[in-house]
Amino acid sequence: MANGSKIVVDHASKLFLEGSVVAFRNIDLQISNREVLCVVGPSGCGKTTLLRCIGGLLPPSSGQVLIDGQKVDSAPRGVAIVFQHFGLLPWKSVVDNVAFGLKIAGASRDLIAERLDHYIRLVGLTGFENHYPYQLSGGMQQRVGLARALAIDPEILLMDEPFASVDAQTRELLQEELLQLHERERKTMIFITHSIDEAIILGDRVAVMGSRPGRVKEILSVNFPRPRDPAAVRAESRYTELRNHIWEELRPSVVMQ
Amino acid sequence: MSLSRTEEQSANATAPFAYQELAAEQQAAREKARAVQRRWTTAQIAIQIISLLVVLSAWEYLGRHINPVLFTYPTAVGSAAVKMIASGELWKYLSQSLIVLFAGLGLATIFGIALGLIMARFWVVDVALDTYITALYSIPSVALVPVLVLWFGFEITAKIAVVFLFTFFPIVINTHQGVKNVDARLTEVGRAFRCSERQLWIHIVLPAAVPYIVTGLRLAIGRGLIGMVLADLYTAITGIGYLISRYASIYRTDAMFVPIATLGLLGITLTGLLRFVEKRVAPWMHQPDQE
Repeated sequence: MANGSKIVVDHASKLFLEGSVVAFRNIDLQISNREVLCVVGPSGCGKTTLLRCIGGLLPPSSGQVLIDGQKVDSAPRGVAIVFQHFGLLPWKSVVDNVAFGLKIAGASRDLIAERLDHYIRLVGLTGFENHYPYQLSGGMQQRVGLARALAIDPEILLMDEPFASVDAQTRELLQEELLQLHERERKTMIFITHSIDEAIILGDRVAVMGSRPGRVKEILSVNFPRPRDPAAVRAESRYTELRNHIWEELRPSVVMQ
Repeated sequence: MSLSRTEEQSANATAPFAYQELAAEQQAAREKARAVQRRWTTAQIAIQIISLLVVLSAWEYLGRHINPVLFTYPTAVGSAAVKMIASGELWKYLSQSLIVLFAGLGLATIFGIALGLIMARFWVVDVALDTYITALYSIPSVALVPVLVLWFGFEITAKIAVVFLFTFFPIVINTHQGVKNVDARLTEVGRAFRCSERQLWIHIVLPAAVPYIVTGLRLAIGRGLIGMVLADLYTAITGIGYLISRYASIYRTDAMFVPIATLGLLGITLTGLLRFVEKRVAPWMHQPDQE
């Protein structure tokens, strides 16, 4: 097991319903500091469950997850999650949602004000501070989710298909912004997606998962230089190669559904 | 997690995509939607007024052809109402009943919400009490009124106990349900951000339960009015129940309808008041796309 890794998933399995449903089996992953690992896989391969285990929201049935060498058994400090369903609190305005993590952590008023100012501007929500989530589009709601996660200045960002519920154009925009953001504030990131394109554009490495049982079939290095321009990456021949390769890996699991 | 950020990083932050222009457009759209809403409300009020006029006219016409002991008509009720309001008679008896209603409803709200929350939080209490709550809620409350009279006598204590009995259970059950039905995804968000149990309740569970509690209160208001009149009739005969039974016994049907109509107005007013408070404390419950 690599000792310098920021996150280690060590022989982790997760079974549900007294073992009758296997979410994933025997997964080993090492993620180094400030690395972006994208996990791509068909629906039902347990990738979201894996992320919840890494985030300490769900204990693995066997094996373990280590962050900075510490075993994870509840949500660890310094880890923030961005949810596919956004997970915004409907009774809180945009500012209060973004401030949520800081407030829970007992941050000072000044710090909260400073962070709010910074991140609300960063995700482009200036002018919407006092809106409630129901008054925002899906894309804007996820900006709030992103700002909320970033506001606690986490070392690790866990992204659970964050852009799956927004429309295609907004999705591309958010991907570009995430790349810019990563240039500015490098985080260790695990990014779950079922879009091969998204995984290649964003990741340093891409873990390809298969289903029944969920497992990591292959880990590919992406190696495009940063800062990245998605359009330029898509024009590279290596992009097409990777894309075809991952698709061939995924095809059997997808066809089975 | 380090909670510090350098000046330089803050200065670097420029919005990659700004929404200010959109904000102005949204504002305009919201105003337009409000104008549409206003037109709707006006139309609804107009329809309600027309409907009221038609029904009252029909009642007036038919009522005048029926023996006044058996039935009455709007203008007769109206003039009786004017007399009863002017003499202070209506308010005198109504206030007696209102004290009972508000005391019973108030106590039921406090204890009902408290018990609902305790049952939701401590499963032992839930398992221990659930059967009784369900059983007591299933028994028509009116069947228990004689028991309350036995225990509390005929005076105001007994009346408040009756209203309490009628209103307590819907509040308990709805509060309990509200907590139980909190979106698990949101409690997970709370755990992801390392909420303590107390923080989880304050920031997530209680706000999520508010709509259910309000529903409980709405049910309780309806049942509370029933309890109030029953208490007036089945214990010492006072208040609005007294007015009804007295005018019935002397065949003054027109005057008898005054307290009855008052009860209807009271129900409408209290429910409207609750809706108003609800809009104030829980604006997210009135999402335009959900209405």
